Amino acid sequence: MLEVDDLACLKGDRLLFRGLAFRLQAGELLRVAGPNGVGKTSLLRLVTGLALAEAGEVRWQGTPIRRDREAFHRELLYLGHAPAINDLLSPLENLRFACAAAGDGSDEEACTQALVRIGLANQLDLPARVLSQGQRRRVGLARLFLSARRKLWVLDEPFTALDVKAVADLAQALSDHCAGGGMVMLTTHQDAPFAVAPRVLDVGAYAC
Amino acid sequence: MNSPERSRSIFRFAAPHNFYPLAGRLAPCFAAAALVLGVVGLWLGFFVAPTDATQGEVYRVIFIHVPAAWMSMFVYLVMAFWSAVGLVMNTRLSFIMSQALAPTGAMFCFIALWTGALWGKPTWGAYWVWDARLTSQLLLLFLYFGFIALTRAIEDPRRADRAGAIIALVGAVNVPIIYFSVQWWNTLHQGASVSLNKAPSMAATMLLGMLVMAIAAWMYTIAVVLWRARSMILERERHTEWVGAVLEREAQGGRA
Amino acid sequence: MLSTFLAVLRRDLLLAWRGRADVLVTLAFFVIVVCLFPFGVGAEPNQLRAIAPGVLWVAALLACLLSLHRLFAQDHADGTLEQLLLSSEPAALWVAAKVLAFWLSTGLPVVAVAPGLALLLDLEQGALPVLVLSLALGTPILGLLGAVGAALTLGLRGGGMLLALLVLPLFVPVLIFGAGAVEAEASGTGAAAHLLLLGGGLAGALALAPWACAAALRISTD
Repeated sequence: MLEVDDLACLKGDRLLFRGLAFRLQAGELLRVAGPNGVGKTSLLRLVTGLALAEAGEVRWQGTPIRRDREAFHRELLYLGHAPAINDLLSPLENLRFACAAAGDGSDEEACTQALVRIGLANQLDLPARVLSQGQRRRVGLARLFLSARRKLWVLDEPFTALDVKAVADLAQALSDHCAGGGMVMLTTHQDAPFAVAPRVLDVGAYAC
Repeated sequence: MNSPERSRSIFRFAAPHNFYPLAGRLAPCFAAAALVLGVVGLWLGFFVAPTDATQGEVYRVIFIHVPAAWMSMFVYLVMAFWSAVGLVMNTRLSFIMSQALAPTGAMFCFIALWTGALWGKPTWGAYWVWDARLTSQLLLLFLYFGFIALTRAIEDPRRADRAGAIIALVGAVNVPIIYFSVQWWNTLHQGASVSLNKAPSMAATMLLGMLVMAIAAWMYTIAVVLWRARSMILERERHTEWVGAVLEREAQGGRA
Repeated sequence: MLSTFLAVLRRDLLLAWRGRADVLVTLAFFVIVVCLFPFGVGAEPNQLRAIAPGVLWVAALLACLLSLHRLFAQDHADGTLEQLLLSSEPAALWVAAKVLAFWLSTGLPVVAVAPGLALLLDLEQGALPVLVLSLALGTPILGLLGAVGAALTLGLRGGGMLLALLVLPLFVPVLIFGAGAVEAEASGTGAAAHLLLLGGGLAGALALAPWACAAALRISTD
């Protein structure tokens, strides 16, 4: 379980939100909502431990994430705004590196399959700089198929630049992950066809 | 921006909030002490202390040079100390202190170099020699510049605080290494260089004058740092209630 | 345990290979800086021989400095750095891998061409092995110290100049012992002490710098 208590976020010298609290149980899908600039991305980064909270605490399975960062990060998958794709590497190389660096298996076969499944069968060995925005996003998202063992998925605008079919596929994958006992926390401005309607957390309610 | 809710959330600023009035009361006392001691020290140094047998009147620059050089090194250590405290305890006031110290340390460093050059001309016949002490002092000045430039270049105050703390600590670890290496280099290249501390038999009044000047430099540093820290606190917490109240009170006081 | 370390090392070397033009530019810079000196100070062989150790070392140091800002910039821009910080292995490990890859792709070529340039400056032939050894021990220290500076100045306006201001004073001891070693060997006094000190410095930098760099990266991506 992910527990967030009394979280406050400072950006520059401006307090974005404070007193933010929620629980995320196994099998739940949480959509972080709110207008632009309210601090959705900042909230995700606080939850992952990339950013330091001004006040409050994030706990994973009862332990503050600051205390046991390694254990938390073993069960976390975070896909941010930037897709973490290097232009000089091919999608396959990028994906294999991402998995290996994170400590997941980077088996070539499995990575190829994940890329084929997400619709990049013809781009496996092209340098990433020739890919379109949507295709780059897909390379990042392919990690979802290789990270099922990671319980908590935190996704920042995963649907951006994807076509309708890809959005549906992704929504299905997220629903499957939740059905298997995982948790998903995401931001999106789009309505995606989830199997079960996600719970909504409105950051605007905690804005300062 | 100035809603009461906003300011209440910054509970953790309790320390600066208490520090601000305290610093305001203490700073003038230290400044007064610095002024009195500075006048006494200069009087001792320039009028009471005897003329040096070998160097003549020129040596009197040490009453400024030596305290400045001491302070420049000591201030860096204090800066590194506050940086470490800030990183470990996550207290904002420590970062503010270390950043308030830096300009004063750099100034003392510069004074030490400048007076060293003025002293060097008549003594060694050159404004600058690559003496180990002067060279380390120059590198220390660069370390101060680096710290100041880094903390000023980062806009987000929290990142500026912590990044500055890291470079201050890295610098502090390197200062002894730099000093040692420069000394090593110097002995290899210069052979017999003029040693600054071989002033033959220092008269008691000389020593006294130097000590008084050193204490005066201390008092000055404390006063200036307190004032600088106060204005940094005001700037950083300008959105809080108590700063608003302080500013209002001071505005009224000014009008009355 | 070492999977992140190896993955980062392999990828960065592959990237260095694909972007080898950058490495060549660094090398060309090194060569040109060294070649400027005879024009500046005159081509008198005795004089060139006297300044050769210092010139080679200063040029190597500047070449290293010039490429330092590349160390994390791309990974910072494309989000790879965030992913690495979320790895469950200690950040100091993969930081060390990045610095190692950086040294292999930038420092090692500089070390390799240095003897050739030394001949241009008419350096004592017997001092060439010491020149290579001192550069091989010293340039990794530059990379390790520079990595801390690069991490602190990540994404800042004018980061390149700031980086130089931050790390150049820290490079001075390396320069002193590195150039000193070559000079001592050329003048026949033996370079053992200098090289031992450089080795000690490398051990110290290896032990401390990756941690400082990892802390700096967390601060800079906050």
